[in-house]
Amino acid sequence: MAYLLISPWILGFLLFMLGPMLTSLALSLFETNMFSSKFVGLQHYATLLSTDQTRSLFWKSLYNTAYYAVFSIPLTIGVGFFVALLLNQNIRGQSGYRMLYYLPSIIPNIAASMVWLYLFQPEFGIINYLLSLVGIEGMRWLFDTRTAKLVFVIMSVWGAGSNMLVFLAGLQGIPTELYEAATIDGAGRWRRFRHITLAMISPTLFFVLVTQIIWSFQVFTNVYVMTGGGSSVGGPANSTLMYVLHLYLVAFRQYRLGYASALAWVFFILLVLLTLLVFRSSSAWVYYETEIGGGRQ
Amino acid sequence: MSAVLKSIGTLRRSKKWNERFHTAVIHAVLLLGAIVVMFPIAWMLSTSLKAPHQVKKFPPIWIPNPVVWENYVTATTIFPVSFWIFVRNSLFMSLANVVGSVLSNTIVAYAFARLRFRGSRVLFLVVLSTMMLPAQVTMIPLFILFSKLGWINTYKPLIIPQFFANPYFIFLMRQFYATIPRELDDAARIDGCGVLGLFFRIMLPLAKPAIGIIAIFEFTGTWNWFLEPLIYLSKMETFPLALALSYLRATYRVMWSELMVVSFIAMLPPLILFFIAQKSYIQGIVMTGVEH
Repeated sequence: MAYLLISPWILGFLLFMLGPMLTSLALSLFETNMFSSKFVGLQHYATLLSTDQTRSLFWKSLYNTAYYAVFSIPLTIGVGFFVALLLNQNIRGQSGYRMLYYLPSIIPNIAASMVWLYLFQPEFGIINYLLSLVGIEGMRWLFDTRTAKLVFVIMSVWGAGSNMLVFLAGLQGIPTELYEAATIDGAGRWRRFRHITLAMISPTLFFVLVTQIIWSFQVFTNVYVMTGGGSSVGGPANSTLMYVLHLYLVAFRQYRLGYASALAWVFFILLVLLTLLVFRSSSAWVYYETEIGGGRQ
Repeated sequence: MSAVLKSIGTLRRSKKWNERFHTAVIHAVLLLGAIVVMFPIAWMLSTSLKAPHQVKKFPPIWIPNPVVWENYVTATTIFPVSFWIFVRNSLFMSLANVVGSVLSNTIVAYAFARLRFRGSRVLFLVVLSTMMLPAQVTMIPLFILFSKLGWINTYKPLIIPQFFANPYFIFLMRQFYATIPRELDDAARIDGCGVLGLFFRIMLPLAKPAIGIIAIFEFTGTWNWFLEPLIYLSKMETFPLALALSYLRATYRVMWSELMVVSFIAMLPPLILFFIAQKSYIQGIVMTGVEH
């Protein structure tokens, strides 16, 4: 009976996850388009790792994605945590603020992309106008290889509200007695923050970090839309060619399905390795209470 | 005037003033942040109502003058097919996925939460470990499979997989079932309820809040989809709103007002849903700790 009830998941897992994953591993060993295929062994992986940019844009797209992630992750986590700390101060109108800050996360990515595209217009965009008010010369943003990736970093910070919500929930779960006890013991503001707030929030931080890594590596929609969607996508000069965008172009514009599968598997392995790295490091900085009975020995 | 200054002076010395100053600073920072967050949305609305010659003005015009309501007509009639087809497609896809998700996840999670069977722990670990699986790994074989089945330019590849449960929602539902006291199970069993009776008569009615959360998340998530429809749908009459918007951008890239109109329309349903069901939304995020 139980197996019957979980059968939708088992079927889904086999048909839409495990099966396709193994198929994609097999596909990566073939030169495949929709009509023919030829076994090529590990050749795709060799091509992929080539540093010659006329042959492989793997390193380029990985660099772009890592660049985006390295700036976006700390900023979205930092801003989200900071706002959560402010909101946790028994502020009047907390739920109102919480809603406003979360709003960008429910807006379709593509709709948000249109507005940001307009805001970042070099000629008549309001961001350049606001910069000119404080005496900074306008930039070419999406049209300049040096600033194009920054546009997406800034956009991601705009969406930091979802992290804020998770942090706020974590902060509200910290028992107030801990702070009272620490105050009696003579701990100052900073020590209470460091030894109680940070320690107690570290599991949340860990969770947010893992999801942020995975999400930021999958950045696609806004880059695709804002860099034009057509042949200019990922430009200028491939400076915004993110990993998934590269994968999409290889698979669905060039129909090199075997090579794209190799790209997909390398992507998967990279994400697993990164996640494991974070898990490995967690024993050093994540504080776990004994879960059951809430016992603090 | 001097009285005010004097009272400020006395307040300054008191601890209460210090506290008030503290909260005022926090409010100031939060308000400033809120303005920054809301600004793009306000700008979207303002631009959607601007006349063509005002859209590209530098320095920018804040409030459209005159207010051009006709932009909303132009933007929705510019497509070769009726605009309502896109709305209908988006609604159909989202609602079908809500049905699929609610049906499959409530049942699967119930088995994981309440039934004992061989391998249940291992299987649940598998569920958890697939939560983070990036969709890109399965994307290409699924595309080949679905195109062999002749499902390209239909909604089947976008809807049918949602009827096979999803690790996030299984986890969320299971968490919720765990809060329902087990004494109810015993009572139901004494009253002659079987496994299914317990599910339909006790668990399902009590799990309404969690079902609401799944429904909202699935609706918004599907409504906001872009990559998935992009892969499977290429005929305009099959486009959901997201693809229609992308088409508009690619074809008429300078029609900023019209782009803002369609963006605004595309964002309305999730926005309205969020305002109505804000509590469920936030509760759901807190329960899974996941932004969906």
